[in-house]
Amino acid sequence: MTLATSNPTTEKPAMDPATSAVIEPSPGAILRRRIFGHTGFMIGAIIIALIVILALLAPYISPDSPYNQVLSRKLIPPIWFDSPKATWDHPLGTDHFGRDYLTRLLWGARISLLIGFAAMLISGVIGTTLGVLAGYFGGRIDTVINFIVTTRLSMPVVLVALAVVSLIGSSLTVVIWVLGLLIWDRFAVVMRSSTQQIRSLDFVAAAQALGCSTWRILASEIMPNIVNNLIVVATLEMAHAILLEAALSFLGLGVQPPEPSWGLMISEAKGLMFFDGWLIAIPGIALFLLVLAINLLGDGIRDVTAPENRN
Amino acid sequence: MLQYLVRRLGVAVLVALTVSLITFSMIYLSGDPAVALAGESATQEDIQNIRRVYGYDQPIMVQYANWLINALQGDFGQSHYLKKPVAEVIFERLPTTMLLGALALAFALALSIPLGVIAAIRPNSLIDRAALTIAVIGQAMPSFWFALTMILWLGIYWRVLPITGTNSWANFVMPAVALGYYVTPAVMRLTRAGMLDVLQSDYIRTARAKGLRPMTVLFKHALRNAVIPVVALAAVQFGFMLGGSIVIETIFAINGLGFLAWESIQRADLPMMQAIVLVLSVFYIVLTFLADMLNAWLDPRIRVV
Amino acid sequence: MSDTGQSQHILEVADLSVDILVASGVLHAVQNVSFHVDRGETLAIVGESGCGKSLTSLALMNLLPSKAKRTAARLELAGGDLLTLSERQMSDIRGRQMSMIFQEPMTSLNPAYTIGSQLTEALRRHRKVSQKEAEDRAIYLLEKVGITAARNRLHQFPHQLSGGLRQRVMIAMALMCGPDLIIADEPTTALDVTIQAQILHLLAELQSEFNMGLILITHDLGVVARVADRISVMYAGEVVESGTAIEIFDAPAHPYTQGLLECIPVPGKTKRGEPLGSIPGIVPSLVGDMQGCHFAGRCRYVTDECRVGAITLQAATEEQHAYRCVLSPEQSQRHLAAREAAQ
Repeated sequence: MTLATSNPTTEKPAMDPATSAVIEPSPGAILRRRIFGHTGFMIGAIIIALIVILALLAPYISPDSPYNQVLSRKLIPPIWFDSPKATWDHPLGTDHFGRDYLTRLLWGARISLLIGFAAMLISGVIGTTLGVLAGYFGGRIDTVINFIVTTRLSMPVVLVALAVVSLIGSSLTVVIWVLGLLIWDRFAVVMRSSTQQIRSLDFVAAAQALGCSTWRILASEIMPNIVNNLIVVATLEMAHAILLEAALSFLGLGVQPPEPSWGLMISEAKGLMFFDGWLIAIPGIALFLLVLAINLLGDGIRDVTAPENRN
Repeated sequence: MLQYLVRRLGVAVLVALTVSLITFSMIYLSGDPAVALAGESATQEDIQNIRRVYGYDQPIMVQYANWLINALQGDFGQSHYLKKPVAEVIFERLPTTMLLGALALAFALALSIPLGVIAAIRPNSLIDRAALTIAVIGQAMPSFWFALTMILWLGIYWRVLPITGTNSWANFVMPAVALGYYVTPAVMRLTRAGMLDVLQSDYIRTARAKGLRPMTVLFKHALRNAVIPVVALAAVQFGFMLGGSIVIETIFAINGLGFLAWESIQRADLPMMQAIVLVLSVFYIVLTFLADMLNAWLDPRIRVV
Repeated sequence: MSDTGQSQHILEVADLSVDILVASGVLHAVQNVSFHVDRGETLAIVGESGCGKSLTSLALMNLLPSKAKRTAARLELAGGDLLTLSERQMSDIRGRQMSMIFQEPMTSLNPAYTIGSQLTEALRRHRKVSQKEAEDRAIYLLEKVGITAARNRLHQFPHQLSGGLRQRVMIAMALMCGPDLIIADEPTTALDVTIQAQILHLLAELQSEFNMGLILITHDLGVVARVADRISVMYAGEVVESGTAIEIFDAPAHPYTQGLLECIPVPGKTKRGEPLGSIPGIVPSLVGDMQGCHFAGRCRYVTDECRVGAITLQAATEEQHAYRCVLSPEQSQRHLAAREAAQ
């Protein structure tokens, strides 16, 4: 039986799909193309980079100190207002204590980023550990950890955080730890299901058959494959922590005055908002942009590393 | 189905007990509660008296047991500040918070389910992108800032809605929106994802092949199946809203449980704080349990076994 | 529904094509396919996976996925043109004049509603009848398709029925409005062999009792042998051979059809331990323009003539049914005879 396979003079090798004339790009190139092509990711990354740089440079580029109260210059409107008082000395105006708003905004970024990041780390460690253990070992360990997660989920986070902070006393460290110890649930849930998925794949069984220790398997087989999901959840929880800290500070039980937490700034200004609306608008927009950027980044990472999960 | 119900009930009870234990131990975070209660100018004798009266001199487990037994009977002790039974105050204020939560949820569902369905019918279209953009923006706005901004524009500048109190239905509009919009993105995405998934199903193809009208296919056949996980999510979110209402109630001066919690935290009214956390947690547990049951009932594969 | 008086066929299809927009261009999934079906007649459309037969059936009902576009010179059901119908008018026809049965009975019914409600809904959409009347018809048809305790079944949910039963329900559902034509897309592929035979037998009975046209789409020639009156063989989007069942089985003219027939074990003829026939190679890509015969890559008798230009379907004549090959009927028969002698 002969099988004629050679194709004659046709312009496109359309007949046999096995002879592909296209060269596959490398995984790195694919990733780069996806990243730069993803609008949300790029916008989020740029905004975050901007905010981080501004926050880091705050001590050097701020017009003033964030604590410097000069009552004679209080409530100067920002530069875009049509007012005789507005001046480039205070581009974003001053608050009711005469403190320069731009300075407070920049320093506030440091607080938000610090708390967000630290709380995310703490909750990430707790949640990932619980989730991976539950997902890998299953059985009783899974049941116990599920129970712990359900218990945590049943408790109202904001309320408990407020109560604890009010009882212990408030400070930056306290806020970080309280948040970190409360928001680990999503880490646990997502890492658990990711671990379960990976665990059921063949290469894990192969590693076990080879006699690899559990530790080794967790580190070199499981973790690399769930890191993508981990990063996505980490960004979402960082945004969550930032919003929670802002809410706590807004209610007076987060970062304490005179620190320039954006939530606190909004709270301090709420009595004045009819006349000096910018006092709540500016920190509010800043919070919005930061959280938006983080969410876009997280969504972008998810889309870029696993487009099949995109809805 | 019965087995499932009983098992879930058992877990729920266990969780509730654990939460009660955690809640109870919270008051020891600030050190000696008797000292905190007595105030700054108290003498040792005063503190000892307080210990005796409130039972703080007993072993912790005994205190917990007493507290729990009383709680199960509806007695959460006396409010230090208001001099009234805690239970009475809580149940006075609970309905307001429930109403706010229900309205917020209704708003969220009324907005996000239709949006999710429309986005699913025309994926990647303009309206889909618009819906997703709304979702992304909604998730990024701090609720208290959104509330304040609404007050500024709708309450103060344009004067269309009242900004404090609970006199009329209009009072609940802004708080419900402020509380509910945060849930909208998640529900919208879930609806959209569920619909996209369901619309690919074979039984939708069958429905179309029967000549059913597009609206019938969409709502009677597709949404009916896609909405099942949304129901569970909605119940869970309702629970979150009850807990998260503290910020909104404080801003709008709504006399609900959240505002009460806020006040009791300010006043270090420990029995009240404990009781509120416990009540809200139990509520949440009951809600998730009911959501599970509803879920099971909606899916005949589980219901009729 | 206009009556042109020209065609007595219940379904007339001429030059039906389906193009799908894919990343690398346009995929010509179905290319100028023509066939017809009469009342009381079963047409089998046979071909392997990916040959376009399912898309053809979806094109008839206009249920193609959004990226697919259909064109046809003629598409008529009982004399009425289907091509210019709006979606709304088309939905009036679906389920009423023309019904379809699908391959996967396990997932083709909505899990959230009872069998009864899904059956009655099919009728009440098209006719003004009461719920009771619709239920009566549902019970009648359920019994006709061989389901016992029909009245009780109405209240059951799909997950409570086996695959075979579900497929019978699908058939009953397709019959609710008494359609002129039923399209069955691989109705037995997902079922056990014994159930397969029952379902096919059932379809044949129902078809003759209700005097409908039946299009049976399948990849299994064995299935076809039982029930088909006429057969169209499809390969890579084209009809490569078409004729009555007897003609096709007795004197297959296209090398692909001949290959297919060799793949079927024949009791009495196929000896134990002998290799079954197979057709080496894979289906060609249908993206973009194609030159020559689609089967050239896998055909034993391929020559240079096969690869250039378009190979047209040689129309049916008195002596020879239609087929698409450069070989003349005599050449084809000689090849066939040679193979049969070699077996």
